[in-house]
Amino acid sequence: MTLPPPLLEVADLIVHFPVRHGLLRRRVGTVRAVDGVSFTLGRGETLALVGESGCGKSTTGLALVGLVRPTAGSARLDGASVAVRGGARRALARRMGIVFQDPFSSLNPRQRIEAILRAPLDIHGVGRPRERGAAVAALMARVGLRPDQGRAFPHQFSGGQRQRVGIARALALRPDLVILDEPVSALDVSVQAQILNLLADLQRDFGLAYLMISHDLGVVEHVAHRVAVMYLGRIVELAGRADLFAAPRHPYSELLLAAAPLPDPRRRRRLAPAEGEVASAAAVPAGCAFHPRCPLATARCREGAPPPLAPRADGRLLACHHR
Amino acid sequence: MAAGETLAIVGESGCGKTMTALALMRLLPEGAEVAAGAVRLEGRNLLALSERAVEDLRGSRIAMVFQEPLTALNPVMTVGAQIAEAVARHRGLGRRAAWAAAVEALGRVRMPDPAARARAFPHELSGGMRQRAVIAMALVNRPRVILADEPTTALDVTIQAQILGLVAGLQAELGTALVLITHDLGVVAEVADRVIVMYSGRKVEEAAVVGLFDAPLHPYTRGLMGAVPRGRGGARLADIPGTVPAPAALPAGCAFAPRCPLATARCRAARPPLTAPRPGHLVACWECGP
Repeated sequence: MTLPPPLLEVADLIVHFPVRHGLLRRRVGTVRAVDGVSFTLGRGETLALVGESGCGKSTTGLALVGLVRPTAGSARLDGASVAVRGGARRALARRMGIVFQDPFSSLNPRQRIEAILRAPLDIHGVGRPRERGAAVAALMARVGLRPDQGRAFPHQFSGGQRQRVGIARALALRPDLVILDEPVSALDVSVQAQILNLLADLQRDFGLAYLMISHDLGVVEHVAHRVAVMYLGRIVELAGRADLFAAPRHPYSELLLAAAPLPDPRRRRRLAPAEGEVASAAAVPAGCAFHPRCPLATARCREGAPPPLAPRADGRLLACHHR
Repeated sequence: MAAGETLAIVGESGCGKTMTALALMRLLPEGAEVAAGAVRLEGRNLLALSERAVEDLRGSRIAMVFQEPLTALNPVMTVGAQIAEAVARHRGLGRRAAWAAAVEALGRVRMPDPAARARAFPHELSGGMRQRAVIAMALVNRPRVILADEPTTALDVTIQAQILGLVAGLQAELGTALVLITHDLGVVAEVADRVIVMYSGRKVEEAAVVGLFDAPLHPYTRGLMGAVPRGRGGARLADIPGTVPAPAALPAGCAFAPRCPLATARCRAARPPLTAPRPGHLVACWECGP
């Protein structure tokens, strides 16, 4: 099977934040939020970035849309190099939308819905000004909002309706790629299902690619084509959805999947996996960052460079000395 | 509830599950009051006791664990001092003995290095460690009942698994009953013995956990079960159209009728009573009852 060139290609993305202290704001340390992340994303594909708090999954998404400044790395969209740092941001922004987790804080409370949805069209000069009202109405219809709701303010909407607005805003510029940063985490389960179904319809109709950032493995198993498991700023395993959920191979992927509760009381397991907590990205352990919690760790894992993310015979990418 | 039992109360935002727990603890916010009903703990009606008598029971016979451990902990006291205070208050132990009990309680919840962590302030601990401290405080006087309101919702999934496993172990050891309030059906399936499903302030279904997941009766419960992603790889989720009605504007009959695929004129006119179409399985529905 020959694959078309990927829509998005991210190589060695690094985002470090300086930790400053004292009167002179001296740099006393570094938070290695994203520490060398590479992946590709195909047209119409959903890649999920999963992991626990502080693993760098959200920072990766924010760096791609230019909301945090990457320290190093490159991204190519449709084969053309796009400087992730500095200029050329606006051209990239048109082709990438983002939907945020919190539909309450990501919409300006003082703007009407129609103004929120029109802003990207005005900023990027899309279409003639008098046609933009119709474009906004079409967007609203596409995400399941009534035309008269354009006059409303965000506080008059439920969480699910606000997330529909957030999705419409992300789609306003007809992007090829939408970054979904925990898009249903703040929603009740029945509303979550409405939004996941809407996202599936939009992907099918517009051929959208999704970079789905989520901590919810149930949601990820439902929507993703491929899954990248992140731990302390790095991808430790990248595999097809079915492969990963059937048989995770990185010891951290195993721990994460074993910890996720299953909605089936007949498949109840003993819930008491490994002790220990995720280390801080401000003090990433040497060697493989997972070694303090890993049952397989040996001297090799504790020192030197972290194991590289390398392809395996079964097609997945894995960063582990022992698997 | 029986000793050692785990009862899950599930439902979406605004269904009344948190208010139920606060009412049981006599901790309702300003403006809310118990209009009717009784809460019996070991034969005593908590709602009829004096405030003073309830204070004696809270933290000793019945304890509560909240979703966000930072709001449950005093930021200017070490966690050890807060737990020791609860011990001293209810067991009348001296300072040294109360401190020792606090350190022991932190060890019981497998806090790493409990003697040192007892001297830490809440902000010096990770989210998982804070929730361990809150659970240690809830358990230190060996209550008969713990009310836990979304106790693991703010935690990462591996820490959630540790905390749920820990609580189950302590329940088995101490015979503590647990009321677990959650929106997460995965957590319910993992730990509950019995489940109550709430909608708009009412119990719409109650059953043993396996019975509920195998054969949910109420259309709302069935909708919730269908809405949970189970990794069928992109198959359409059965969403429930619409949203929960505002508590101030409940419909006249069954509150779920406006969203229900089975609703009839009767559902919109009269509220269905709880019936038991199967032994131990209660449901409030005109269309799916016996």
